[in-house]
Amino acid sequence: MKMQGAEALIESLKNEGVEVVFGYPGGSVLTLYDALYKTKFPHVLTKHEQGAIHAADGYARVTGKVGVCIATSGPGATNLITGIATAYMDSVPLVAITGQVGVALIGRDSFQEADICGITTPISKHNYLVKRVQDLPRVIKEAFYIARTGRPGPVVIDIAKDVFAATLDYEYPDSVNLRGYSPLYAGDPDSLKMAVQKIKQAKKPLIFVGGGVNISNTAKELRQLVKATGIPVVSSLMGLGAITGDAVEHLGMVGMHGTYAANMATVECDLLLGVGVRFDDRVTGSTEHFAPKAKIIHFDIDPAEINKNIRADLRIVGDLAWSLPLLNTLIIENGAENKGQLAPWRDQVVAWKQERPMNYKPRDGIVMPQQVIAKISELAPDAVIVTDVGQHQMWAAQFYNFSRERTFVTSGGLGTMGYGLPAAIGAQIGLPKKQVIAFCGDGGIMMNCQELATAANNGFPIKVIVMNNQVLGMVSQWQRLFYGERYSHTSIKGQTDFVKLAEAMGVIGLRITKPEDLEPILIKAIETPGPVLVDVALPADEDVVPMVPPGGCLDKMILGEW
Amino acid sequence: MKYTLAVLAENRPGVLTHISGLISRRAFNIESIAAGHSEETDTTRITIDVEVDDELELDQVVHQLSKLVDVIKIVNLTRVDHIDRELALIKVKASKVNRSELVDVVEIFRAKIVDVNRETMVIELTGEESKIDALCEVLIDFGIIEIVRTGKIALSRGPLAAKEM
Repeated sequence: MKMQGAEALIESLKNEGVEVVFGYPGGSVLTLYDALYKTKFPHVLTKHEQGAIHAADGYARVTGKVGVCIATSGPGATNLITGIATAYMDSVPLVAITGQVGVALIGRDSFQEADICGITTPISKHNYLVKRVQDLPRVIKEAFYIARTGRPGPVVIDIAKDVFAATLDYEYPDSVNLRGYSPLYAGDPDSLKMAVQKIKQAKKPLIFVGGGVNISNTAKELRQLVKATGIPVVSSLMGLGAITGDAVEHLGMVGMHGTYAANMATVECDLLLGVGVRFDDRVTGSTEHFAPKAKIIHFDIDPAEINKNIRADLRIVGDLAWSLPLLNTLIIENGAENKGQLAPWRDQVVAWKQERPMNYKPRDGIVMPQQVIAKISELAPDAVIVTDVGQHQMWAAQFYNFSRERTFVTSGGLGTMGYGLPAAIGAQIGLPKKQVIAFCGDGGIMMNCQELATAANNGFPIKVIVMNNQVLGMVSQWQRLFYGERYSHTSIKGQTDFVKLAEAMGVIGLRITKPEDLEPILIKAIETPGPVLVDVALPADEDVVPMVPPGGCLDKMILGEW
Repeated sequence: MKYTLAVLAENRPGVLTHISGLISRRAFNIESIAAGHSEETDTTRITIDVEVDDELELDQVVHQLSKLVDVIKIVNLTRVDHIDRELALIKVKASKVNRSELVDVVEIFRAKIVDVNRETMVIELTGEESKIDALCEVLIDFGIIEIVRTGKIALSRGPLAAKEM
């Protein structure tokens, strides 16, 4: 069928099952936006391209579908960069479509020209520059395939302006032909048999769950594994939700701000099963002293993750959707299930949990940040929680009781401030019936606060809780602990009234300044239809604890007082 | 340790950018890289010489490069019997006085003189890196004006092609 490139792109999106795109128009994508107009294809107009890509990212994380965003050439495309890097670090499937100047103008420093393929090469799974309209259907097919298969990630399609207007004989390919890309699904079953033997021999085994479990939708299989073997579990930030937070076996988050029990168990275990993890430095601390007594079995779909940060004694490379069910079967077949042999280890782990549970020291007449998170956990136990980056993000990880996969949306790898608000918008669009609650710091909210208008204009009923301590909390914590209390540029106390800011954008604004207001105002926020922002006044000097100083050993934690 | 890898990649624009970008981003220690067409028009063959501490680090290089969508296959030629060569063109000062002496050096190294004029001479040498290094060392005394080297290329001995290994 004869059609324009722009129409072919939209047809291809439909073929890929895309329900909505996030974007911002501009010169190079005028023809594409004309086609969006004519076809009435669902499009969410954000206030900034960065908002569009983080929204696409939030959408992708909660649904597991590929998020799609559109930006124009030059500055439009460069505004996507932080979002592409964010998605790449956390393995989020995205297709970012950018306009490029016309073919004849490429390479001449033309108006609004930037080399987006060049810029995005180190931060994307793959990228394309499309200069011929007949390549468009194949490229889109490949881009979606690459984004969603294997270890997911962002793919960039940079399309020259004239391609949108050129005519082609459109036919969408049924399959891809990529000689250099064949995502691995099943691995070596013998490696799993060896794993079962190691599990049988272990006296102090520990499962370390990462984002891979959420991405591969294998929380059910993981829970079966835990139930069958009785092995205690620790989570990375990205693994939260894969196992019920209040399960006896779950020791919580491990690493720099991990729980006492999780960090102690990691130091003491004799077998560590890393499941869909990449052993990030925020988890391991000193790599030399990480899990020093343990043999390590590393389960991951990406062979390049094996031995990258931590040397594995046994590698199980393959999709967790392949390895975990097979492991569960082999455990039963080989009699490796829980027969009480781990009782002393389980008792030890529970003792650590009781010795130092997650807690905080209340202060008279002051709302504590941990209390805000815990209260939301109580009032909205089924919510999707989105965060920005910093102290509030760690408190959310520590004090919200996550019970389901894909319910915690946070920039773990890149640590992108300004991520929370637009990601919450995307999450809400992906799950319109779910309660979506975003925690943002008073620093991070200002980095993309323009998206409050997007929420208001479209009636997206997100609830944004501004954890307002008037400082860049995490940085000031490091200044307090490691830089002699020299608070260089971390005080952000200013004239900004977040309630008025919200109201100016069309969002209902509420304020909490004292503990007795906490519950009623939070309930009011949750029950009020449409988008709501709650400004919560918090103390400036509260530290996130436990804390393992950077590069330290996990059992050398700053515990604070409570 | 030094390893030689044969990388087969799609012959498309941007492929070398993807590969060189990855090498610099991951801070891999690449000693030489040489690319060109292969026996198949749609495939580029790249010979990479990489310096790593151990085989685990080499695995990282191979796995990370393999992740690139453009990269079709990587063969570690270090592990198989292979031939490697490099081509160099060297422009040296050559006057009437020392020209015959230079010709002697060229013959000893089995190099070739490919251009001569009143003041200079261009010498072509194909061989292993160490042989080229040795010639350059000798030519310093004559006065080297400029050198260009292709970087190492390598091919396995025996009937199998890299794509079949």
